Amino acid sequence: MRLVIVDDYSGVAEWAAKYVCRRILDFQPGPNKFFTLGLPTGSTPLGMYKKLIEFHRAGKLSFKYVKTFNMDEYVGLARQHPESYHSFMWNNFFKHIDIDPLNAHLLDGNAKNLVEECDLFEKEIKKAGGIELFIGGIGPDGHIAFNEPGSSLVSRTRVKTLAKETIIANARFFGNDVSQVPTMALTVGVGTVMDAREVMILITGAHKALALYKAIEEGVNHMWTVSAFQMHPRSLFLCDEDATLELRVKTVKYFKGLIHVHNQLVEDHVDAPAGISMAKQLSTEN
Amino acid sequence: MDCKRNAVIRLWDCRILRDGALQREDLWMRNGKIIDPEKLFFDERRSADVEMHCPFIISPGFIDIQINGGFGVDFTSCTATTIGSAVALVRKNILAHGVTSFCPTVITSSPALYHELLPHVKRARGGAHGAEILGLHLEGPYINKDKKGAHRLEFVQTTLPNGAVDFDTTYGDLGDTSIITVAPELEGGMVAIEQLAKRGITVSLGHSDANIDLAQEAIRRGARCMTHLFNAMPQFHHRDPGMVGLIAQSSAANLQTVFYGLIADGVHTHPATLKIAYRAHPKGAILVTDAISAMGFGAGIQFIAGVQIEITGNHALIAGTNTLCGSIATMDRCIRYFLEATDCSIVEALESASLHPAQLLGISDRKGTLNFYSDADFVVLDDHLHVLATFIAGECVWQGEKTNFVPPKC
Repeated sequence: MRLVIVDDYSGVAEWAAKYVCRRILDFQPGPNKFFTLGLPTGSTPLGMYKKLIEFHRAGKLSFKYVKTFNMDEYVGLARQHPESYHSFMWNNFFKHIDIDPLNAHLLDGNAKNLVEECDLFEKEIKKAGGIELFIGGIGPDGHIAFNEPGSSLVSRTRVKTLAKETIIANARFFGNDVSQVPTMALTVGVGTVMDAREVMILITGAHKALALYKAIEEGVNHMWTVSAFQMHPRSLFLCDEDATLELRVKTVKYFKGLIHVHNQLVEDHVDAPAGISMAKQLSTEN
Repeated sequence: MDCKRNAVIRLWDCRILRDGALQREDLWMRNGKIIDPEKLFFDERRSADVEMHCPFIISPGFIDIQINGGFGVDFTSCTATTIGSAVALVRKNILAHGVTSFCPTVITSSPALYHELLPHVKRARGGAHGAEILGLHLEGPYINKDKKGAHRLEFVQTTLPNGAVDFDTTYGDLGDTSIITVAPELEGGMVAIEQLAKRGITVSLGHSDANIDLAQEAIRRGARCMTHLFNAMPQFHHRDPGMVGLIAQSSAANLQTVFYGLIADGVHTHPATLKIAYRAHPKGAILVTDAISAMGFGAGIQFIAGVQIEITGNHALIAGTNTLCGSIATMDRCIRYFLEATDCSIVEALESASLHPAQLLGISDRKGTLNFYSDADFVVLDDHLHVLATFIAGECVWQGEKTNFVPPKC
């Protein structure tokens, strides 16, 4: 595991976007070689999307040969609803970039047969050759996607009933009316994300500090589902200073000492061939 | 530009007038309509066939609800044989000024002339051949003799004993008429207004001596607009505001929005007056050109219908006199003047020439906005509101010569 600690939210946004950009460019995607990206929604990754759009506008990055798979979507919420994850992805990312709509995959929370929809999603991921880089955020209770406490750590894409706490927390997006908040969601499983070749988890803010501590300093535990990624061969936790408040000083110091190494992962290659090999070398060690 | 059927066109990085703001957004269209790109993306999983960088202001196409002619022709002076070509000439030439639909206006005339002309002016879709015809605006002859303005006294009619039936008798078939300007104080006027409104014809009050109470009564009966505010109506007086007073009341007095036409040519209405009206009731302002045949001509002497007219700057005068003989301002110039005179925002100026007239005519579901599923009638403008190009139903129907705007090629 890597832990990258940067100063603040905007630092996380920029580092994450640079990393995604670097990975896509180094992959050299093309018509017969698509880069597959797993994507989250929410306020944490929003800054990263903004940066990625900037890179695209500046002509540095194209999504023409990128396939995306989103983590989750509410069940029964109209797709056009401003809180749907379709709306989020459209307004904050897809409409600004050059991705082919055929390559943007989102779970349909209004599908007639939800179980089938979930199975189909798993098949689509397989068909795309698996996910190269899955990006996730976590909740204060350490959930990844809608894999809330107690979710199986080998779970696959499925229908989940949301925890009461999540529903109450989400009411602020639905006019503070709890009855309007969807009570179910479709979500990729912990196992689905574990299958990705690389996982990057974004964590910002003091309210997520406990979750980060549970994720990396305690044992693997299904009550903090994000802790499962301790078992992943290539995982990267990217956080701001506030999110480290519950970590041991020793942990923080150790990883901050490595920042110059980690920063090489996102630097532009001065000398392309040598740079690529450097990044490759770095990205294989953990 | 001749785009294939079903081709999706995207103008990107525009500043689109939508929901009361200039939004940095992309404009997507297909088959002449504005479309929702989010639905296209998720439902059809399609992207654009043609893309074009368009970093300009995009406004809904302008709608001129009062235009008597222009470019050398005057509708009311036409005959059955010339009216068709006159309308064709005007609708083609107003494209350069951003006008994508209009109401050809015929002023007070004899019943014989109405019967002769009206059957030749039908509602018609717009395109490269010209702006859409939304239906006629008949201004008079049911007006007050004392407020006739330049209308011919001998044709003015002052009673409506049979209500709206009198309109049918005078005009003939009203199937292609959208607006009638009428003075509510005429005998039988109120009943006629009520009947016209029920038939779906927009009633505008004008050439009238009505006081504010009478005007309010007319609004309650279904009138929706005032024709060229301040002109041909009682002067505003602080104890007796006259019909003009409606602009202060339409928001307060449980009346539906009362609209009012303004000629913002810098000649017919003083800038201070424009500002007073606009500040009192911004949502009701409708910019009209009220243009006469000399609109579209440069400075110099013109002969129109045998009368020598001298054009200098914004003024059209009967040669050798100081007598104004109508507005010669084009719609885009009126908008720029209005913006400057009233200190309103660009959005408000543009909406006064697009959204408001569409709302008056009850067609804002397809005209006067750039909402999804509206007609793709729009104007591409620079920051100073000069027209760069005009589109009707998604097709570029006019573009300036000296601009860097290049319409999309399919």
